[in-house]
Amino acid sequence: MPLASAERGKAAIVRVGCASCHTIAGIDWPRGRTGPELDGFAGRGLIAGRLPNRPEILAAYVRDAPALVPGSAMPAMPVSESEARDIVAFLYQTGSR
Amino acid sequence: MLDGWPPPILDPAGPYASGIALLGWVLFAMGGLVVLVVLAALYVALFGKGELQRKLGGTRLIWIAGIAFPLIVLTALLVWGLALTRNLSDPIRGDELRIRVTGEMWWWRVAYLDGRGEPVIHDANELHIPAGQPVVLELDSADVIHSFWVPRLSGKLDMIPGRRNLMRIQADQPGVYGGQCAEYCGGPHALMGLTVAAHAPADFRRLIRARLARERTSAVATNAGQGGRLFASAGCAACHRIAGTSANGLAGPDLTFVGNRRTLGAGILPNNRGTMMGWIGNSQAIKPNNRMPPYTVLSGEELTALAAYLEAQK
Repeated sequence: MPLASAERGKAAIVRVGCASCHTIAGIDWPRGRTGPELDGFAGRGLIAGRLPNRPEILAAYVRDAPALVPGSAMPAMPVSESEARDIVAFLYQTGSR
Repeated sequence: MLDGWPPPILDPAGPYASGIALLGWVLFAMGGLVVLVVLAALYVALFGKGELQRKLGGTRLIWIAGIAFPLIVLTALLVWGLALTRNLSDPIRGDELRIRVTGEMWWWRVAYLDGRGEPVIHDANELHIPAGQPVVLELDSADVIHSFWVPRLSGKLDMIPGRRNLMRIQADQPGVYGGQCAEYCGGPHALMGLTVAAHAPADFRRLIRARLARERTSAVATNAGQGGRLFASAGCAACHRIAGTSANGLAGPDLTFVGNRRTLGAGILPNNRGTMMGWIGNSQAIKPNNRMPPYTVLSGEELTALAAYLEAQK
């Protein structure tokens, strides 16, 4: 993924409030519990229990989950394509903890 | 970070905050200067030449630097400071827009008052004001002592149970200004924020007209869709009000205009579909010990429907 930045990804996560539903390593607050924990995403096998955990798929899922997994409770989020790639970079960077 | 939160405290945006900020800077500079002089005197006392040390040890210096100097400087500072912040205690004319803000554990109840002082528009955690004119706030508390503080618009003022404090705020320019409860009020006090949105006067009048019309609409179709039915059946309506529907709970924030709100959870989260679902699903993980229970009984589809229903409340 060219030019993705984990640092910008963290800023985008804070701006749109991903952590309202997800506990995410590296985000101290909030530590939401409505959705699954996202710690150590790099080592995760599947996205939403269905999709292969590949960066471009994860980026698309972050932007518009219901389009990829119909019925997913995760809504489409107000992030641009490049922000979604940044968010993926951040999620992959945090390793397992 | 959220627009304007946490709020910068030394960046005044109106006449009531600017005097306080300037006074703060001057006090800081004077204090710094005195520290430097004292350090210099200390250096002379420890390592200086005999002649200088003798002068430093005389009673004359104590009279001048120890008594006369602070007496004159502090008196001048007091007079200047009171003059500088005089507008904080100017009499209230009575024709200003009045908004009643009630501190609750751990959010802000907001009511816009008509000319007779009756609440006509209900909201929470967000104030809308016209830019360029003073707005009078009636500050109440429903439980414990809170303190209303929007640092860019004025100083702090306590909200005390059984007492109504009046405060003026003014934003010179349209914009969004963050606020924060400034008196420890238990549990999630640190997560008790608010936002003030200042609009150009014409935009403000339009917004108030639209909201007045919305407040007066009776018999809004409650069971429009799954979200509306859930709002009534899942218990939301016992604590939250939506004007014109059967939802008339008063324990929690009014949700008549929640779809327009910039934030959720009292100024702490951005307002979008995802944060709305996260808040409803388990607000305790976001704002521990707040008074809304987690709704882990709802399915993903139900959460989505509820959030969509609330987004439409404008």
